[in-house]
Amino acid sequence: MTRLIVVRLFFGALTLWAVSLVVFAATQALPGDAAQLILGRDATPERLAALRDQLNLDQPVAVQYLQWLQGILQGDLGTSFSNRLPVAEYLADPIRSSMTLMGLSALVATPIALFVGAFSALRRDRGFDHASSMGTLVVASIPEFVIGILAILLLGPGGLGLFPSVYARDGGPEQWVLPVLTLALAVAPPIVRMMRATMIEVLESEYVQQARLKGMSERTVLWRHAAPNAIGPVAQVVALQLAWLAGGVVAIEFLFNFPGIGKILMDAIENRDVPLIQAVVLLIAGIYILVNLIADVIGLAANPKVRVANR
Amino acid sequence: MTEQTEKNTGPETRNGVVLEVDGITVIGRPSDVEIISDVSLTVNRGEILGLVGESGSGKTTLGLSLLAHLKRATEIVRGRVRVGEHDLAALSERQVRRLRGRAVAYIPQSPASALNPALRLGVQLSEALHDASLGRDQVMERVREVLREVALPDDDAFLRRYPHQLSGGQQQRVAIAMAFVGRPDLIVMDEPTTGLDVTTQAHVLETIRSMTRDYGTAGVYISHDMAVVADLADDVAVMYRGELVEHGRTTEVLSDPRHEYTRRLLMAVPLLRTSGHEEPEARTDEPLLRIGDLSAGYGRTRVLEGIDLSVSAGECVALLGESGSGKTTLSRSVAGLHHQFSGEMLFDGSPLATSSYRRTADQRRRIQYVFQNPYEALNPRKRVREQILGPYRHLVGRPDSPDRVVAEALERAALPASYADRFPEQLSGGERQRVCIARAVATRPDLLVCDEITSALDVSVQAEIVKLLRSLQDEGMALLFVTHNIALVSNIADRVAILNKGEIVEYGPVGTVMSSPEHEYTRALIADTPDFELSFPGAPERLGMDAESDEVREV
Amino acid sequence: MNASSTNTVSEAPARRRPGLFRTAWRFGRTKVGVVLTGLIVLIAVVGPFIAPYTPTEFVARPFEADAAGAMFGGDNRGRDVLTRFLWGGWTLLLLAGAAAGIGVAAGTVVGIVAGYRRGWVDDVLMRTNDVLLAFPQLIAALLVMSIIGPKVWLIVAVIAVSHMPRVARVIREATRKVIEQDYVKAAEAIGLPRWRIMVVEILPNVTSPLLVELGLRLTYSIGVVAVLGFLGMGLQPPTADWGLMINENRQGMAVQPWAVALPVTAIAILTVGANLITDGLSRAAIGIDRGVEK
Repeated sequence: MTRLIVVRLFFGALTLWAVSLVVFAATQALPGDAAQLILGRDATPERLAALRDQLNLDQPVAVQYLQWLQGILQGDLGTSFSNRLPVAEYLADPIRSSMTLMGLSALVATPIALFVGAFSALRRDRGFDHASSMGTLVVASIPEFVIGILAILLLGPGGLGLFPSVYARDGGPEQWVLPVLTLALAVAPPIVRMMRATMIEVLESEYVQQARLKGMSERTVLWRHAAPNAIGPVAQVVALQLAWLAGGVVAIEFLFNFPGIGKILMDAIENRDVPLIQAVVLLIAGIYILVNLIADVIGLAANPKVRVANR
Repeated sequence: MTEQTEKNTGPETRNGVVLEVDGITVIGRPSDVEIISDVSLTVNRGEILGLVGESGSGKTTLGLSLLAHLKRATEIVRGRVRVGEHDLAALSERQVRRLRGRAVAYIPQSPASALNPALRLGVQLSEALHDASLGRDQVMERVREVLREVALPDDDAFLRRYPHQLSGGQQQRVAIAMAFVGRPDLIVMDEPTTGLDVTTQAHVLETIRSMTRDYGTAGVYISHDMAVVADLADDVAVMYRGELVEHGRTTEVLSDPRHEYTRRLLMAVPLLRTSGHEEPEARTDEPLLRIGDLSAGYGRTRVLEGIDLSVSAGECVALLGESGSGKTTLSRSVAGLHHQFSGEMLFDGSPLATSSYRRTADQRRRIQYVFQNPYEALNPRKRVREQILGPYRHLVGRPDSPDRVVAEALERAALPASYADRFPEQLSGGERQRVCIARAVATRPDLLVCDEITSALDVSVQAEIVKLLRSLQDEGMALLFVTHNIALVSNIADRVAILNKGEIVEYGPVGTVMSSPEHEYTRALIADTPDFELSFPGAPERLGMDAESDEVREV
Repeated sequence: MNASSTNTVSEAPARRRPGLFRTAWRFGRTKVGVVLTGLIVLIAVVGPFIAPYTPTEFVARPFEADAAGAMFGGDNRGRDVLTRFLWGGWTLLLLAGAAAGIGVAAGTVVGIVAGYRRGWVDDVLMRTNDVLLAFPQLIAALLVMSIIGPKVWLIVAVIAVSHMPRVARVIREATRKVIEQDYVKAAEAIGLPRWRIMVVEILPNVTSPLLVELGLRLTYSIGVVAVLGFLGMGLQPPTADWGLMINENRQGMAVQPWAVALPVTAIAILTVGANLITDGLSRAAIGIDRGVEK
């Protein structure tokens, strides 16, 4: 199993490296004068010169890439164009805010989703199951920013007026409600569906039938026989959904004006702040890959065939 | 043969009825179709009832209802299931649960999927003793005792294992141990030897037999295999379309079946023939297919070693082997589907390339392959007509009269020409296999490679397919018949090659091999194969399946 | 024990099971989905012809909620909300449809080739897939848009490319199941060319997951096109586009909710409708694959 995890880690690192190549290629190895292209037509000659210097545009592409990569590996993400701050320093606060937002959403969504999914499986084809199946289907189809706007229209200042729709630096905890609610709603449906499907599959398996035929109580059947076999796939979906959060957070932060990495990314795009764009995209891709990796490892660890065979 | 004499001792030794089923009826929801109708039977202490039926006969549903367990969307509407002094059908779920494991236990068809993959054996075995009265040490002592009885290790290391760390035979022994650990009055066994090779099956059956005797447990053994039941059971019950059509002492049913269906079922079973074979004429001419010193494998794993085999025109050579013996690898090498082999393979004097893609069109036309599972061998999106014409066009060319090609091929496979417009899903299993054969013979091949082509089919359908193959052989086609069923071999082949662990251990005319096997493995194989004699009037006396096949087709 | 023991020579052929679409149609949710989707498609297609003004005409003051002659008031610049709503749908549908179509087609080709050829072809294709999958869909689109600039063909291309690996993964799995089946081996044994095996034997047998994927990707495409517009990285002003409308008018949501509510509701109904149809299809596909109908 250790060997399998090491292989996965290696592929994770390889993917991250490939991502860095893509990010670099997309932002720096553009044809023509990259500086002009990045800054647009109305750029001043001084800014153009400064950018060319910062990007080492007079060097061969490979050298540029290596220098850039070396910088990143040493924690030097460059200097932001728009405010002249080191990117790493500039990103510290937004990262913390975004992580809190994502963490809260996950904390709200996961237990509820697992419960609803498991309960639907036990009540298969009855009222609750149909309602939750329809509900998750509807919520899963609607894009997350649309859910956010609907929430604002209903609960925000224009509707019931319960919660503020825009984040302010000096606002109270109630301004977290709508962003967290929106993200939680966006994350939950696949977890509900996977939990339900996995539980049904496990409950219909022959080993659960055999446990029942051995005279085990329903509680033992559920917790000892069914649950351990459902953990793997469900944990994987939970992790995948958390990974999705890393990207899904962008539109939500933009909508609620929430000062996280997503908002920073949109501002950076507005300002054509290339080092910042690179850093945020790499960061999000990094989180995404890491969480996917964790999902893989959980999947492996939950499978006794893998766990025992290769120790 | 002590069992045989005990079986024949008659009703006076019957000591107490353990299971008494009275008029049980199970229906499916929401269609209200009766899955089993008004079934009544009894089983005595220490005896085994064999419950026989083909697929769809309702035997598994009946078996589960003996534990008051119902699959989704089924319901017991009438009847009683008395085990000891309890009527399971009338008890609440909680009460039934308390009786399971103690009064009734279940041995599943496939222990690979019925043992929980996430739990250690110790947990799964000890929880079966959910008696509150026993302490932890007593439970473990009992578990070890049962493990010794089914000839498994009883040490802690074994108890800490997971199911996937055992072989198929070991898994089934664990399942047996799990059933017997609570000393139940009744054990229901649902085809517990399916998927095991003959030798393992013989050992498992022996374990079941002795355990039921020693524990005084009543057993219900569900099976599609008449030979196994005849060998094992004291009583036989035959299910047909949800009804019990025959129920009696095994010897009586075998010698005097009352119901027409039982009679047909019995006659369709291929009997192991150890004598009465015609000797095939000695061949001097160059064989159609000659394999010399062939070895094959996957990557670095060797599967076949030093194979010598030949098939002459119009001859049927059987390749007999258990799962993992390499028989499918060999047949696929002949068809050009398995590429990793070396050695000599000559077809009609010229060498065959390893891959079908590097063989000549004529070679591909003259060697045709029929697959094991007819449910997977036909493209579900094509009509029968296209299934047959596709290969024909590719190998022979555009036919002048496609309708005639299709009709002829279907006719050779004993199907009406009207079947050409059907899709595979509109055909039964046996019909699908006939279409596969029609597709193969449409190009007029000289050699037909048949890979376990009857193993996915019911015994009565199997008999028809074998008859069809014989008629093709009579028309001059050579057959390479791959199978694990030694009884089939003795009924169809001229010569047989017995494959064990990648090597041919015995090769010769069927009569010689069956009557005086030289290799130890062959002898064990013949001895371990369950068999029985039919003695009712009109029954074939170890003559195979010639006499009765026509009758079977009317079933 | 999966053989059936029906008569060898049965008189009338068993009726053929209904196809995917007809099975899906039996579910109530499919019908609801078709009605919802049809409604929005109708608005998007017919809308420009029945709109009372042109989309760039100024008819009210900015964010004026009840202006005379404008049923839903004016938008952030005083243009008629209803007109812009009626004009703003077809671009979304067209872009989303094109992106989903191209992405699914490319993914199918990659999936079937990777699944069938295995070996190094499979490895290369799937490792490339993994790298593409490492980008969350939206981030990839934003990265490219921010550098090259929002162009229509680029929107379609980026979304299509981000769909491709996801579709390829599903189709590859489906292909692996199909090639385990002996009819593919039967075709190999007679030496049918590989490309014909892929077209004739494999493709027709992965149509169920293919259609389900198409529905799923269409739903996602609508979401991504809309969110790009919403973030200002999609179609550019002064185009009338539902996503862009939301972006332009969200500041005035409290005083003039219609300019946001109309496009948001339309997008919600459209995606729900599309997903209901997809769900009906996938349920039908599962039923057909298992050979049971419920």
